[in-house]
Amino acid sequence: MTAASLDTTAKTSAERGALARARLLRGLLPALSLALVLLAIAWLNPRAISYFGFSLMLNLAIPIALATIAQMFVIAGNELDLSIGTFVGFVGCVTATWLKDAPLVGVVILLGSIGVYALLGALIHLRNLPSIVVTLGMSFVWQGLAILVLPKPGGKAPDWLLAFMAFKPPFVPFPIIAALLIGLIVHFGLMRTSYGVILRGSGGNPAALGRAGWSLLKTKIVLFALAGLFGVLSGMALIGITTSADANIGNGYTLLAIAGVILGGGEFVGGRVSPIGAVIGALTLALAASPLLTFMHIPPDWQVAANGAILIIVLAARVLISRRER
Amino acid sequence: MAVLKPLLAKPWIWSFLGALLVWLATIVFTGGYGAGGMVTAALSLAVFTVIVGVGQMFVITLGPGNVDLSLPANIGLASAVAMKVMDGNDSMIAVGLLAALATGVAIGAANYLLIWALRIPPIIATLSASFIIQSIDISYGRGLQIKPPPGFADFANWQVLGIPVLAILTVLFTIGAAIALQRMIYGRSVLAIGQNIRAAWLAGVNVGRIRFLTYTLSGALGGIDGALLAGYFRGANVDIGNEYLLASIAVVVIGGTSVAGGKANVPGVWGAALFLVLLLTMLNTFGVSAGVRLLLTGLIIVGVITAAGGQKALR
Repeated sequence: MTAASLDTTAKTSAERGALARARLLRGLLPALSLALVLLAIAWLNPRAISYFGFSLMLNLAIPIALATIAQMFVIAGNELDLSIGTFVGFVGCVTATWLKDAPLVGVVILLGSIGVYALLGALIHLRNLPSIVVTLGMSFVWQGLAILVLPKPGGKAPDWLLAFMAFKPPFVPFPIIAALLIGLIVHFGLMRTSYGVILRGSGGNPAALGRAGWSLLKTKIVLFALAGLFGVLSGMALIGITTSADANIGNGYTLLAIAGVILGGGEFVGGRVSPIGAVIGALTLALAASPLLTFMHIPPDWQVAANGAILIIVLAARVLISRRER
Repeated sequence: MAVLKPLLAKPWIWSFLGALLVWLATIVFTGGYGAGGMVTAALSLAVFTVIVGVGQMFVITLGPGNVDLSLPANIGLASAVAMKVMDGNDSMIAVGLLAALATGVAIGAANYLLIWALRIPPIIATLSASFIIQSIDISYGRGLQIKPPPGFADFANWQVLGIPVLAILTVLFTIGAAIALQRMIYGRSVLAIGQNIRAAWLAGVNVGRIRFLTYTLSGALGGIDGALLAGYFRGANVDIGNEYLLASIAVVVIGGTSVAGGKANVPGVWGAALFLVLLLTMLNTFGVSAGVRLLLTGLIIVGVITAAGGQKALR
């Protein structure tokens, strides 16, 4: 470690400049990939770059961005949530049934489900369980509950939620404003507040944090509760757009959310995450998955592959940049 | 008691006890009816979980973060490839199996190529690969309604004295896997890498080659599993492997293999697979709805893993 730092100080200013450029490039990578996808869309279909075009293309971006943020909180604590997709589906089913017919019961159920998430965090910490397996098991629980709440596709979103999601602000489409707001709020909370630093620290070096007197149990509970909260928001936003629910509606979100976090510059270990990056990653996936392919006349069969290919390309670019960093 | 004590200390014994308990609960409910048939059915279904479970076990044993998420997509594509190559023709069975195996090997090798070339966590590498494989499968297997050759379907469903032949072959395979794990250089290397990758490297283990072999093995087993599943269920389909993502990871963990790596357990995979299959049979016998069945399956998995507890991390 000492040798490495000596090495850094010994570097010439030119080398340091190159290093700073590489770091900047790495930080900008999520934004660059989004810009690239946007450019491709603009080139293929200029008419899509309009108020109406964006409202349409980014239709589902809000719930994806929220689910990605939920996953990001879990990843910040060095865990992984494989149940967020079915959780979003469960929330969707509750939103389309209880929240409309008996709002009070609906709110209690949703708050309770956030509580379950917090409990899972506690359980994983106290028993030192692998989060992959626990959340994989929970994905069955949420799916089962979703089917019990809504055995057949249907239900209806509450009117206030429909009105909210159909909001049409002047000049800038709602999904873009919402994505900006989500990114900025979470960025402020996680990156700029002192407890946010502690939360990320619990992923970066849990042992050191524990010795400094912070409760690792509490950080894990908070991270999982935040994941639950954003999962609930994601499910509600989704139903606000689709108007009715289906028990399987969120299943694809688990993997999309992980991909979004990684695309946005997050890493699996070390508490290194980026809320704004995660939102950008989610937008990139949302745009690349269907509008771009439609404009390129690629059959929908290859939509999933596009997500995989984008992940691989961005990660390959990251490796190239990191190589220069050293 | 003296005989029982060392037996109880084995981590895999609990999964077998769980399976036994679930089986007893079911036959008490049915009043003893169908007890034997249930074991036969459980054995034939558990086989498919065991095959991919063993592959997943080797991968997970490589250490934290190592997991093969591409197995479901792999199984789906291999099942389609096998059915297309066999084309309902008995003489093409061996060729079809080889084709499925080759598909799996290629997928496993591609997984490791991504991990090695992009230096990304295996989870995200196998995840991106599975996105692409899934699309290939959807596009390749569209409208595919080829039945397996009668000889192959009969083989996959063949029973001798109520014991599925496939299960006997799989037992032999798992014995081989256990020997490879505990007594061969390859297996010892996998365990060493899982315990401390740097120490293993310093000790002269060819880390890259062993990891490559392990991901390829997992891919190959997924490919074979896809072909056998298509034979057993008499046809390939895109979703045929979906349930094996959870199942393959769950049987490894419930069976006593450490998620932190470096500690694997082959018999536990069998116990856990039987436990999961019998659990499903029990819930079906009790006549619960699909929702309750999913709910209980999830709760029991979480419960079992909580009771088993995680090991303290080595570092």
